[in-house]
Amino acid sequence: MATYTRNPQEGERLNPKPVLELNAATVRFCGDSGDGMQLAGTQLTNTSALAGNDIATFPDFPAEIRAPTGTKAGVSGFQIRFANSEIFTPGDQVDALIAMNPAALVTNLPDLVSGGILILNSDAFNAKGLEQAGYLQNPIEDGSLIGYQVFPIEMTRLTRLAVDGLGLGVKESDRCRNFYAMGLTFWLYGRSLEPTLRYIDEKFGKHPSIAEANRRALHAGYNYGDTTDAMVSRYSVQKASLHTGLYRNITGNQALAWGLVSAAERSGCELFYGSYPITPASDILHELVKLKNFGVRTFQAEDEIAAITSAIGAAFGGALGATASSGPGIALKAEAMGLAVMTELPVLIINVQRGGPSTGLPTKTEQSDLMQAMFGRNGECPLPVIAARSPADCFDVVHEAWRIAARYMTPVMLLSDGYIANGAEPWKIPDVNSLPAWQVTHPIGLSNGHGFLPYDRDERLSRPWAIPGTPGLMHRIGGLEKQDITGNVCYDADNHQHMVNVRANKIAGIARDIPLQEVQGPDHGRLLVVSWGGTYGACATAVQLMQVNGGSVAHAHLRYLNPFPANLGELLQRYDRVLIPELNRGQLRMLIRAEFLVDAVGLNKVQGKPFAVREVVQKIEEMLGSD
Amino acid sequence: MTIEPTLSVLTAKDFSSDQEIRWCPGCGDYSILAQMKKVLPTLGVPPEKTVFISGIGCSSRFPYYVNTYGIHSIHGRAPGVATGLKASRPDLSVWVITGDGDALSIGGNHLMHAIRRNIDLNIILFNNRIYGLTKGQYSPTSILGQVTKSTPMGAIDNPLHPLSVAIGCEATFVARSIDVNIKHLTMVLKRAAEHKGTSFVEVYQNCNVFNDGAFDYATGRDTKAETTLELEHGKPLIFGKNRDKGIRLNGMHPEIVSLNDGISEDDLLFHDEQADEPTLAYLLCRMRNPDFPEPIGVFRAVDAPRYDESLNNQITEARRVRGKGDLQKLFNAGETWMVE
Repeated sequence: MATYTRNPQEGERLNPKPVLELNAATVRFCGDSGDGMQLAGTQLTNTSALAGNDIATFPDFPAEIRAPTGTKAGVSGFQIRFANSEIFTPGDQVDALIAMNPAALVTNLPDLVSGGILILNSDAFNAKGLEQAGYLQNPIEDGSLIGYQVFPIEMTRLTRLAVDGLGLGVKESDRCRNFYAMGLTFWLYGRSLEPTLRYIDEKFGKHPSIAEANRRALHAGYNYGDTTDAMVSRYSVQKASLHTGLYRNITGNQALAWGLVSAAERSGCELFYGSYPITPASDILHELVKLKNFGVRTFQAEDEIAAITSAIGAAFGGALGATASSGPGIALKAEAMGLAVMTELPVLIINVQRGGPSTGLPTKTEQSDLMQAMFGRNGECPLPVIAARSPADCFDVVHEAWRIAARYMTPVMLLSDGYIANGAEPWKIPDVNSLPAWQVTHPIGLSNGHGFLPYDRDERLSRPWAIPGTPGLMHRIGGLEKQDITGNVCYDADNHQHMVNVRANKIAGIARDIPLQEVQGPDHGRLLVVSWGGTYGACATAVQLMQVNGGSVAHAHLRYLNPFPANLGELLQRYDRVLIPELNRGQLRMLIRAEFLVDAVGLNKVQGKPFAVREVVQKIEEMLGSD
Repeated sequence: MTIEPTLSVLTAKDFSSDQEIRWCPGCGDYSILAQMKKVLPTLGVPPEKTVFISGIGCSSRFPYYVNTYGIHSIHGRAPGVATGLKASRPDLSVWVITGDGDALSIGGNHLMHAIRRNIDLNIILFNNRIYGLTKGQYSPTSILGQVTKSTPMGAIDNPLHPLSVAIGCEATFVARSIDVNIKHLTMVLKRAAEHKGTSFVEVYQNCNVFNDGAFDYATGRDTKAETTLELEHGKPLIFGKNRDKGIRLNGMHPEIVSLNDGISEDDLLFHDEQADEPTLAYLLCRMRNPDFPEPIGVFRAVDAPRYDESLNNQITEARRVRGKGDLQKLFNAGETWMVE
């Protein structure tokens, strides 16, 4: 455990500048996708987390790996909010924007708060850069940035000076620019350089001159802030009072990977993960391949179909079979999901949603695959659907998904999204012994295979998970309709009706085995905001703001989307109106209206971006005001 | 209390399921099933350790008729299902039963990748050169010009040749047999089972309803000696009713020669199933009726690393180097901070 102690910073002894206390700050780094903005954001995130702030992040990058330098298409950004109290979103507006070139400025400026801090790499504001961004004049000089605290800094030149003498070429020198920008930002918010210096040692230890160059650039940026007359004050955000415990930073995809390993171990199963690379789900695979010493078997399949069918095969053999993808890949898995439903094998299917349809917006977030999760298969093909609400929540949701899958012998669809997957937040590290633990059981053998009934069910309508290697339980399963109890192929009309009903009732019955829906706020009143998935933070924050202002509004965030919690219908009736904000055209709203005949109202956005809190607040105000 | 079956007394009956077989009377699949049931008890693997996985098609009903574990999966995907099972359960003997449409059309991608990974599966492809279950459309192995329900003026796409595909994917075991050639088929199935790595076997199988007689040339009492050639490792390629014809290499080209014309067996091409290079196997699989007798038997049988084994070795190695995984250590590693 490395607890953070703040070291005296260089420069502090000299000419200390006034420090202004803030409750929270939102910072965004933006530049070319090759400028290292994701790294800059990650470093500020980790450093702020180690400083005890609550944090929320929003990395936002283009689908192209390297779009042409300096173009708007190639702008990559990383936003982080750090606060001295619990926060749920990375912030609507940015307090400080660090833009490495004109294209980054023009695409990100609209999000900068009026009067906000604007740090620019002035060296990039040359004729070519300005033209690529569509500027007719240099905004640094034409007065158009009046209303912001603008700090044009020759970052390229100053970085090159800082690394001079290390024998680096121009390209390599310029690659250190993000460390210069980090150093300056760290000074501005009184952040320690230590975690980043440690990172440099670990990452570049084998290349001493690169490591030294990055160190020098980092210090140079920091010292610039300290000595320049331009910057008259700095800011400080104190520790947040989170629940006591040991914390670490975690992204949604990392939490999913760790959750899979943990759920397998706690239930006594081997983990088999079949996957085909796809944005934004690939990081789950990248995390799992590091964990082979946990017995994790990963299989990078030839396509999405083999990814899920291999997981089904592994599940037949007794493993925790899992696969993950994003919308287009999930579409390809649909037929195999039907096979898992028909064979009643426990398989976890994770959808890290992105903008659709088709290839859509690979790196942008959306919640538009809920209908696909519910109904995107042929036939009457129900399966449980549950959704994570935040990066850290992914860990718990995997455990819950696996519990349902194994207890009910069913594939389970777990929904995440690009915003959760790449976003990070502090995760209170659990005591492993306190994690859900239950042993998966397999029936043991009989003397011969003819007496075994693979579709005989228990009180949950769940069938026995008999696995190969068990004498006497030999049986065959498949995608053809099964005869009740025996599991033999059966085309009988009444049997089909019965089996369709049994499969539906089995999934519906899970409602008895999940927690009742909770509500934040008054248990009845004028408005209930219902949300699911990654919009949790924006909705929770918006409702809290309205409650502070005396609004009669409550919030229900759904983890369980199929089946719904048993009390949901009754709960919806206790409020005059229901608002369902979603990053789609109203998919949960359609389900709620169909299921409960509630005239729910939608707040719907599909821009590849999460909700801003103010958008939800505005809608709540409108609905409360219109009564 | 479980009772371990005694391997020595296993018979074909132990591998017979109680399901009514629903192939058309006269279908070649019956013979393949019968030979399989003969071979299974001889392998030293009990029924509960044996798994048959199939896709969709007439052949893919096969798992229902053997009393082992089995999955009748979805069209073309059996290799994917089998890969997940074998990778996570290396203790099992896993068979894939497939057909020409299932393996080479809708499932072509999976077949290709299973073979190149050399995962320890026995893939048996029943080739009847027709879609039977969907009632008579042409398949990817139907011959050029073949008139079927979906090609009334004749098929215009070139057929795939299963063994060429397998060898192109660097298969380590490639063989061919014929449904009615009972002894030969039994031998080939046994060899396939014994091979470690992906065993790929093409079985010529007659669909007596939609493509009857497709392999008459290779099975006819009067013709088969002239139209097929039984491969034997280390032996010269000889065929013919009187075993008086052979295959000789002329540069890179095989040619049929008569052993009566002063050509001795030593002049012929000798079969080497263990050749490092698959070139010979490929050349053999391109010998086709009516220009050549079609070879049957084991074309290629070489040893190479297997995906399932390598995957599990990596786990052993990771545990040896880093110790068995400890969740608490994993969670607590790296940058953490305490909130008091």
